[in-house]
Amino acid sequence: MADTESEITLLVDGVRRSLAVDNRVTLLDALRDRLGVTSPKKGCDHGQCGACTVLLDGRRVTTCLTFAVACDGAEVTTSAGLATDGRLHPLHQAFLDHDGFQCGYCTPGQICSAAGLLDEAGAGWPSAVTADVRTAPALDEEEIRERMSGNLCRCGAYVNIVAAISEVAAKAEPAP
Amino acid sequence: MTGLLRPRSIGANRQRVDGPAKVTGTAPYAYEHPVPNPAYLHPVQATIARGDITDMRTDEAVGLDGVLAVLTPFDAPRLETGQDAELEILQSPEVHFRGQLIGAVVAETPEIARQAAGLVRVSYARRDHDVSLSADRSDLYRPDEVNAGGETDTRQGDPDGAFAGAARAVDATYTTPMYHNNPMEPHTTVASWDSTGLTIYDSTQGVHTMRQVVASTFGIEESDIRVVAPYVGGGFGSKGTPHANIVLTVLAAKRMAGRPVKYALTRQQMFSFVGYRTPTIQRVRLGADEHGRLVSLSNHVVEQTSRIKEYAEQSCEPARKMYAAPNRGTSHRLAPLDVPVPSWMRAPGECPGMFAPEVAMDELAQACDLDPIELRVRNEPETDPASGLPFSSRNLVACLREGARRFGWAGRPALARSTLEGGWWVGTGVASSAYPVHQSPGSSTATVRFTADRRYEVRIGAVDIGTGAWTALTQIAADALDVPFEDVDLRIGDTGLPAAAVAGGSSGITNWGWAIVEAARAFREKFGAGPSPGDERTATQPENPHTERFAMSAYGAQFAEVRVDTDTGEVRVPRLLGVFAAGRIVNPRTARSQFVGGMTMGLSMALHEESVTDERFGFVVNHDLAEYHIAACADVRSVEAHWLDEHDPYVNPMGTKGIGEIGIVGTAAAIANAAYHATGVRVRDLPITADKFL
Repeated sequence: MADTESEITLLVDGVRRSLAVDNRVTLLDALRDRLGVTSPKKGCDHGQCGACTVLLDGRRVTTCLTFAVACDGAEVTTSAGLATDGRLHPLHQAFLDHDGFQCGYCTPGQICSAAGLLDEAGAGWPSAVTADVRTAPALDEEEIRERMSGNLCRCGAYVNIVAAISEVAAKAEPAP
Repeated sequence: MTGLLRPRSIGANRQRVDGPAKVTGTAPYAYEHPVPNPAYLHPVQATIARGDITDMRTDEAVGLDGVLAVLTPFDAPRLETGQDAELEILQSPEVHFRGQLIGAVVAETPEIARQAAGLVRVSYARRDHDVSLSADRSDLYRPDEVNAGGETDTRQGDPDGAFAGAARAVDATYTTPMYHNNPMEPHTTVASWDSTGLTIYDSTQGVHTMRQVVASTFGIEESDIRVVAPYVGGGFGSKGTPHANIVLTVLAAKRMAGRPVKYALTRQQMFSFVGYRTPTIQRVRLGADEHGRLVSLSNHVVEQTSRIKEYAEQSCEPARKMYAAPNRGTSHRLAPLDVPVPSWMRAPGECPGMFAPEVAMDELAQACDLDPIELRVRNEPETDPASGLPFSSRNLVACLREGARRFGWAGRPALARSTLEGGWWVGTGVASSAYPVHQSPGSSTATVRFTADRRYEVRIGAVDIGTGAWTALTQIAADALDVPFEDVDLRIGDTGLPAAAVAGGSSGITNWGWAIVEAARAFREKFGAGPSPGDERTATQPENPHTERFAMSAYGAQFAEVRVDTDTGEVRVPRLLGVFAAGRIVNPRTARSQFVGGMTMGLSMALHEESVTDERFGFVVNHDLAEYHIAACADVRSVEAHWLDEHDPYVNPMGTKGIGEIGIVGTAAAIANAAYHATGVRVRDLPITADKFL
């Protein structure tokens, strides 16, 4: 192995994958070009559009700004991996019900990002629009729009995306 | 009549048939089709805007481990020339615009290809370039025709004389900047060319269009080429005509003799050679009597084109047909510049060309002391002002009235700068929209086949770029065959299927749907209600006998609420509402997304988008999504789309008019008009940014 390559192991959607990567390879390209995992999409390669978003050890990241070599041993969950035993994740179903996409290219990233934001809000993390950072934020539309603004959609499905996430967020919240 | 279908599946609220694959990310886009042992391409682009390449030193690139081939204008395979200068790359040392494709590296990995492309040393003999558009250039010229086949200039009556004598008048110049389509999926081609032929997975709006162009460019038979595109990540026109990237990839595939070559553009490259909307400079003059009835209406438009290939955006079209006026003049003039070739972007002509007249109408309403809706109603034509033909249906006034009711227009302050709420100036505005019913008889063919498992397979080389065609065409086929939706299997996105028109001009459903209806009717005529497995019939979309008798168009009205911060000039659009009259709606769920998506792109156009050219170097400096701003989630609040129940028996058997583009058409004008109503500041130059209010 060349000294510009590294051996890494990833747990991708529950499957252990070992590979040698050029140290320049991003996590996104490692997934798409080396492993054939094409659920995360390449829209800008600069962390500006969010289409490549996955959950990396449970946190949402843009894989185009993440070097694969830095992810040795990490757990990667793509939108495909959010489906379990062939059953769609509630976010998948909500995006279908609300038509939260058109061309579908930004969609796996939107869904991973939405899954990440539900966890972040559940953990009480504030956003730039949270009025009182001392209390757990309620995921209203304003909060969702702010927290989803790293994921661009050129087809203009934002209002449907927000409706879909709102529905899942409401179901996730414990009854008052 | 066209034999209007009885709707059963048509009109049903259906989940997208391709939805589950898209939300999980398992639907394969062009780059994602597995091919054996692919090689990766990275291009070399010109770093001057005009001149000649005198030398390309490739030895360093060739010497890099993993480099498989380097292509330059001095050694690239030859193409058929004289057909389309945009596509004739690597055939001569000439450089016509900065960013032009002048070479390529093919390598074992994308990283090596990119590194090697940076090692190619190019020497140039520079010439002075000119990329500056203005309305007072001495070399503006009159194109022979404009995009979509319209006339370059029109004149009815005496527009100048009538304007001079008008009781009320608006005379102003409006500008729209350069826009880049920026679909989320970058333009991508995966090509392999071996002894069995050429196979191309492409991110395209039309597989048969691409095949035809590749065949003629490379001088080979269409039957030796297969183009595949089952899923496409948006196009907005930029994937509707072929661009040079497909040629570069196929050139490399030819050199690689059987090994597949993959090339996905970077986002930055998408600002160089895959089309864009020309900037426009529009001088609009409206003259009216004291009751607000137009006596003169004119729009004279200046736009740019490239020196190597003409593209004339049809921006005068809206001024020719929206309102009644006895005296009318329109003209298009082009500046030939050292720039990339402009091309289609969502509602070419109609979108920028509606902005200026619809803001001017708002100014005229003010000059006449009339409500903007009332002014438009008073100028509603009885027949099409452009052709004199009756309308197959025109419900613009109904859209304005219904929109006013839903939006809460009544009681709106007549004066601008009347409402101040918590440090924000608040206003509302309206604009009209239209989009013509384009149809291309004979362009699309479909086959209906009854299969061994007693299902109906419907085959047509259509492409779904996000429009919902997968679902809507299945609904149409179900009704045309009089079977349940679930009994139809649609096959699209492959030149192995019957030929189909491009997904453009909001005409997909019109062209493809009609072909499917013809095939289904031929199938039932031949085989009746009880066909046997293997039975099939193929038919082509016929001529529409009514196109000579009627003017056909969809109409709409957009309403906007705008808030402008009194201190900072920050602009917000808390509400957008559109009402459309666009014939029959095939699938309310996906149709709403088309309208809302178009309006959202219109909001983006109004507030954010502007490609900025550095005139010293001749390229777009804000060439990525961090600096070319498109609307993000937090920019978009309430966007509602509604439609009227419109029955038009003349357009096609589905009764559809096309919905992909009308949503964007009037939106920017409605927002500009609302911004004026909020602040009293008339913004005539897009985008409507904070500085315009300070």
